[in-house]
Amino acid sequence: MSAPLLEARGLNKRFGAVVAAADLQVDLVTGERVSLVGSNGAGKTTLVNMITGYLKPDAGRILLEGRDITKLAPRAITRLGVARSFQIPQLCGDLTVLDNMLVADACHDADGLSFWKPARRAATVERAEALLERFRLHEHRERRGAELPGGLRKLLDIAMALSAGPRLLLLDEPTSGVAAEEKFPMMDTLMGGLADAAMTVLFVEHDMEIVERYASRVIAFYAGRIIADGAPGPALASDDVRRYVTGELLAE
Amino acid sequence: MGTPSSVPLPAGTTPRGRLAGAGLRHTAVALGAFALLAVVGSLAPKWLTFLLTMAAGNGLVSLGIVGLMRGGVVSFGQGMVFAVGGYAAALIYNKLGFTDAIGLALAGGVAALLIAAPFAPLLSRYRGIFFAMLTLALSMVTYGLLMKLDTLGGSDGFNVGRPTLLGMKLPDDKVGLILFLVTAGFAVVMATLARVYFDSTRGLVTLAVRENELRVEYLGGSVRQAMAINFVLAAFCGGLGGALVVLSLGHIEPTFSFWTTSGEFVFVAILAGWHSVVAVFVASTVLEVVRSFSSSYFPNTWQLALGVFLLLVIRFLPKGIGSLWHREKR
Repeated sequence: MSAPLLEARGLNKRFGAVVAAADLQVDLVTGERVSLVGSNGAGKTTLVNMITGYLKPDAGRILLEGRDITKLAPRAITRLGVARSFQIPQLCGDLTVLDNMLVADACHDADGLSFWKPARRAATVERAEALLERFRLHEHRERRGAELPGGLRKLLDIAMALSAGPRLLLLDEPTSGVAAEEKFPMMDTLMGGLADAAMTVLFVEHDMEIVERYASRVIAFYAGRIIADGAPGPALASDDVRRYVTGELLAE
Repeated sequence: MGTPSSVPLPAGTTPRGRLAGAGLRHTAVALGAFALLAVVGSLAPKWLTFLLTMAAGNGLVSLGIVGLMRGGVVSFGQGMVFAVGGYAAALIYNKLGFTDAIGLALAGGVAALLIAAPFAPLLSRYRGIFFAMLTLALSMVTYGLLMKLDTLGGSDGFNVGRPTLLGMKLPDDKVGLILFLVTAGFAVVMATLARVYFDSTRGLVTLAVRENELRVEYLGGSVRQAMAINFVLAAFCGGLGGALVVLSLGHIEPTFSFWTTSGEFVFVAILAGWHSVVAVFVASTVLEVVRSFSSSYFPNTWQLALGVFLLLVIRFLPKGIGSLWHREKR
C-alpha cells in the first residue's frame, strides 16, 4: 500500500454536548473513491469541513502528504490541491456558467491573479469549455448560474471545484436535491468527468445504491465515531451499519 | 486538467498574440477618444471646456467607486482621497515650487494612495452599509482636520497658482484648453487601464467576490486582498481627480472632503453603472451640466433636478446609463 495522501490523526470536535468527531483516524490513499455514510449529525460533513479548514478540530492533526494542514485557512488548503463542492451549490449566480468556470480558472492560475491578463483569453475559455462539455453543461454556458436547475447547479459547483485539477476532491452530498431519476445519470456524468485516476474523491452520500455503485471504499459514521471502514459490500452489510445508518436493523 | 494545453496554437492565436491585439485595440480606442475630446475642447466655448474639465476630473473619482462597486461595496467617503490629492498637489506647488501639471496630478494620486493604504486591510473586512459608513467617517474626520488646520488655510482653504506643463509656461488664452487636455488625457488613460483591469483575471474575481465570497475563498482566491486592492486603486483615481480639479480651479478648501461632495461621486457612479468606463465620464458630464444649468436658471433647486434625474435613471436604467450601449460580454 502506497503512502497515504491524507491522514487524519485523533480528530476530535464537539459542538456543545454533541460529539461530531471522536478520535477519528482516517487514511486516504491516492485514487480511492471514498463514500462517507451515516445519519444526520453523525459527523460526515464535520470531517469534510475539518479537512478543508472551515472548522478547526478541538484536538488532532490532519496531514496532506505528510504536511500538517490542520491550522491552515481554507484558501491555503485549496492551493495545496484540496477542492470541495457544497451541499448547497455555491455559484456566482449573476455570472454566466462559463464565467463561473473562468473565475475558478483565474483563482488557480499558476502565475497568480493578474491586473492585465484577460480573464476570457482563448486558451482559458477552451479549457473551461472542455470541462463544461465533460459535465454536459456546455449548452448552458451562456446562462446565468442562478437560472440553472438544481442538478445542473450541482454539476457546475463540482466542475468549478475540479477546474483546479485537485489531488483530493471532497463532494458534500453531490446528489442531494437532485430528482431521483436524475441521480444515476448525474453520478455517471460526474464520475465520467473525474477521468483522472490519480485523483482521490471523498463524497458524502445518503443513497446506498449510489454508494454501492460508485464508491471503492465506505466509511460509516455514528455519533462522531467510525463504525465501519472498508469495501462497500462488507461495510454496508455490517450489523452496525445496518442498525445505525441504513436502519435495516432496529437500534437497541 | 489544470495544466495549460501544450498543443501549439497557430500563429496569431497564441495568448501573447491576442494580448498584443487587445493592447493595440485599447490603444487605438484611447487615442481616438483623446483626439475627439481635443477637437471638442478646442472648438467649445471656454465655459464648456471648463465644465468638461471638471467632469473629467470628478469622473476619475467616480471611476474608482465603480471599481469598488464591481466588488459589491460603495464608498461614501471618496471626498477624502479627492481632498488629499487636491491638497497634496496644491501644497507641493506652493511649498516646494514644483509646478508641472502632470507631475502634480500624479503626486496627488500617490498621496491619496499612501493615505488610504493603511486603512485598506481594515476596510476589506466590511461590506454594505458598514463599509459605506466607515469610509464616510474617514472623510468627515479629514474634513474636520482640514477645517481646524490654520496652516492649510482652515475653512477658507488657499489658492494655487497656474501650473506649467513640461517646462512650458501656460499662456493666458490657452491655459483652460491645456488643462482640459491634461485632465482629459488622464481620464482616457485611466479609463483604458480600468477597462483592462476589469477584464483581467483579478477583475473577474472581483465580480465573483460580489456574488459569492465563500466560493472565491474555496477556489483559492483571497476576498480581502481583492477588496483592499480595489480600495487602494480607487484612492489613486480619487487623488488624481482631486489634483487635476484643483489645478483648474486654482483654489482648494475643506469642502472637497465634505459628505455632499462624496455623495456626488456616488451619484455619478450609480448613474453610470458598473459595466462601462465611458459611462462614468458621460454621467459625470451630465451631473456638471445639470448643476451648471439648474444653478443659473433655478437657483437653489438644482439638487431637485438632480434627484428627479436619478429617480428616472434608477427606474428605467437600473444598470446605469452604461447599459444603453455596453453589454457585459457573455
